[in-house]
Amino acid sequence: MALRTFRGGVHPHEYKELSENQPLEVMPPPAELYVPFGQHLGKPADPLVKKGTYVRQGQVLAESSGFISAPVHAPVSGTIKKQVKGPVVGGTTADMLLLVPGDPAPPKEGEEAEPVDTTPILLPSLPFDSLTSEQIIERVREAGIVGQGGAAFPTAVKLSPPPDKPIDWMIINGAECEPYLTRDERLMLERTADLVEGIRIIGKALGEGVNLGIGIEENKPEAIAALRRAIADAGVAIEVFELKTKYPQGGEKMLIDAALGRQVPPGALPMEVGCVIQNVGTALAIRDAVLAGEVPRMATLTVSGLGIQQPKNLQVLIGTPLKDVIAFCGGVKDTARRIVVGGPMMGFATYSLDAPVVKATSGILVLTEEEATPAEEQACINCGKCISACPVNLLPTRLVKLAKLQRWEETRDLGIEVCMECGTCAFTCPAHIPLVQYLRLAKKNVRNLPRKEQ
Amino acid sequence: MATESSKTSVLGGVDEGHLDLVTSPHSHFGWSTGRIMWTVSAALVPCVATAVWFFGFGVLATIAGAILGAAGTEWLVGRLNRRAETIPDGSAILTGLLLGLVVPPGFSPFMAFIGGVVAVGIGKIAFGGLGDNIFNPALVGRAFLQASFPAQMTDWSHATSRVDAISQATPLGLYKFGDPSQFAGDIATQKLLLGEVGGCIGATSSTAILIGAAILLITRIAHWQIMASMILGGLVFGGIFHVSGIGPSPLFHVLAGGFLFGAVFMATDYVTSPNTPVGMWIYGGGIALLTILIRLFGGLPEGVMYAILLMNATVPLINRHTRPALFGAK
Repeated sequence: MALRTFRGGVHPHEYKELSENQPLEVMPPPAELYVPFGQHLGKPADPLVKKGTYVRQGQVLAESSGFISAPVHAPVSGTIKKQVKGPVVGGTTADMLLLVPGDPAPPKEGEEAEPVDTTPILLPSLPFDSLTSEQIIERVREAGIVGQGGAAFPTAVKLSPPPDKPIDWMIINGAECEPYLTRDERLMLERTADLVEGIRIIGKALGEGVNLGIGIEENKPEAIAALRRAIADAGVAIEVFELKTKYPQGGEKMLIDAALGRQVPPGALPMEVGCVIQNVGTALAIRDAVLAGEVPRMATLTVSGLGIQQPKNLQVLIGTPLKDVIAFCGGVKDTARRIVVGGPMMGFATYSLDAPVVKATSGILVLTEEEATPAEEQACINCGKCISACPVNLLPTRLVKLAKLQRWEETRDLGIEVCMECGTCAFTCPAHIPLVQYLRLAKKNVRNLPRKEQ
Repeated sequence: MATESSKTSVLGGVDEGHLDLVTSPHSHFGWSTGRIMWTVSAALVPCVATAVWFFGFGVLATIAGAILGAAGTEWLVGRLNRRAETIPDGSAILTGLLLGLVVPPGFSPFMAFIGGVVAVGIGKIAFGGLGDNIFNPALVGRAFLQASFPAQMTDWSHATSRVDAISQATPLGLYKFGDPSQFAGDIATQKLLLGEVGGCIGATSSTAILIGAAILLITRIAHWQIMASMILGGLVFGGIFHVSGIGPSPLFHVLAGGFLFGAVFMATDYVTSPNTPVGMWIYGGGIALLTILIRLFGGLPEGVMYAILLMNATVPLINRHTRPALFGAK
């Protein structure tokens, strides 16, 4: 059978071999955690705890502040030292709590020692067989689960499509099309049965008649085989879509096109074509929250790149500073030139290693000049490579020329709002034009334009 | 908060202040403008080699004159404008090389030099330099030479050595002004394929051009749609006229003159061709149609150059009207 795929795209050097055979490892708690309130798309959560408070693992630190928002929990028991404004990935700062893991402070002299409960807080476990849709969605909301695919969209919102958008397919995104990243691959191999449970729970949340599937790129044959076995063992109907290894196969719109041949219209969400897409990590987080009553405490991430001493797949407490994760992997080599949080195609180069790991952090890459050579921008020679590669059929070179002239309305007319900043265009550009940078600039300015009159 | 010492311990000998801070993607295909231009130049080597074989080493002087004119102009204007060095991107040298290959054998190296100056000076830099020129610079240079030195540009008598007396006139010239029966049949096709015919320096051997085409297609430099549409267009339009009793066989149209060289090396110039898939088909087909109309009904035996230059002018229009529909748009 021909492998499923989409039109356009590129095939970057994968570098998966650096880390794909490293089993998941739990990193011990660092000395300090910096837990931000806004770890998701939408409004930041409102803080509930004060300086000096002792918090238990799983305790709510900040509560959801709206429909598109998510609460934040204590990843581990410890004491809140203070609220600070600190660096976050992406080059800005944000409000966060400094949490020092450990036992509560001993009482001062003269004060009576009050007994303090130091056991982790768990939500009541829900029995699989009697689960209802409302129960699952409420639990996902309560646990503060957000999408692990990069955008960190609150998952409960995704599981509650409006009644006029009937859903008939739920597909797990196991494409992991970003080079280097192998965390989903490891999760699929090491928690295969749990993943199948997670998929079935999401299916229950979406209601009767929803088909279930998982899309995996062909470069992960062991994961494909493991899932097929686990699905057979569980005796459930989950389709495994084998996808061509091509970037951005894991883009929601590309995945739906590849698996089902349905194209999500410009500006619309997957539910428009009856689909819900969830990441592998998200499905496992849902399973853990529902069956084990656990809230997300750890981010599963890949530390890789030719510039890191020991590439690893790790489970890291949320709030762990990047520098501690890098130190746990043996530090960097002298050839390190760039540190990227996320995958190489869409991740952010970071200037500060004090920035913390958050719920949706997928990777930390230490890149050398060999992998990411900085190059000077040259004149566009109209080669059209960006146009043939763009998975959503934009004209990147034309948009960038317009952006340089600040002709924002025209970039909107050419459809710039559908750009997902996947980086495919800039990857192919022989003139090394930072196309994504200009496209982002244009998108930002288009958002600020007055609404188009109908 | 972190102390200076803890930062240093994590990063070892790497200074945090010297980390690259750039936007994504942090991965690149690896090609550069220079690599593309030099690869195209390499794809022209078979054409140069066959030209030397058929016409002698004199052609190298003509080619060198054109390259010196083109690259010299690029270098001088760059110096005067205090612009960054652009010679290493290979584009000006490629323009000179292309120009040197589309003049007759025995063409004066000095005149070729002037053509090179015009190609880059007027064809490219006057429009704003690489990427902003509307017309194919090498063909601008050639059009200038055709207008300035019409006699020398149509003098094929220097095609000595291995090319026999009859074909010292070009096949297209024979067809238009001579006795077409002198150049017909299978032998003619064989000669056209090998290059044993009178014609421009680089356009003589169809086989050499096709080797170049293979290099451009395997490296995915050239858009195959442009080559395919122009050759297919030549066969279809030439065939329609031939069947109606006008003009030579479609295969003759495609193999004779500068048609194949134009399709492989001139029409595929990135800057002056459309960048949408549909646009490429319109562009290639348009060049083929105009070439055949000029050949059959115009005053000249050959029309590839003017056909490409005319279609160059339509590229912005073609691009505008062939924009692909957005993903998922009905």
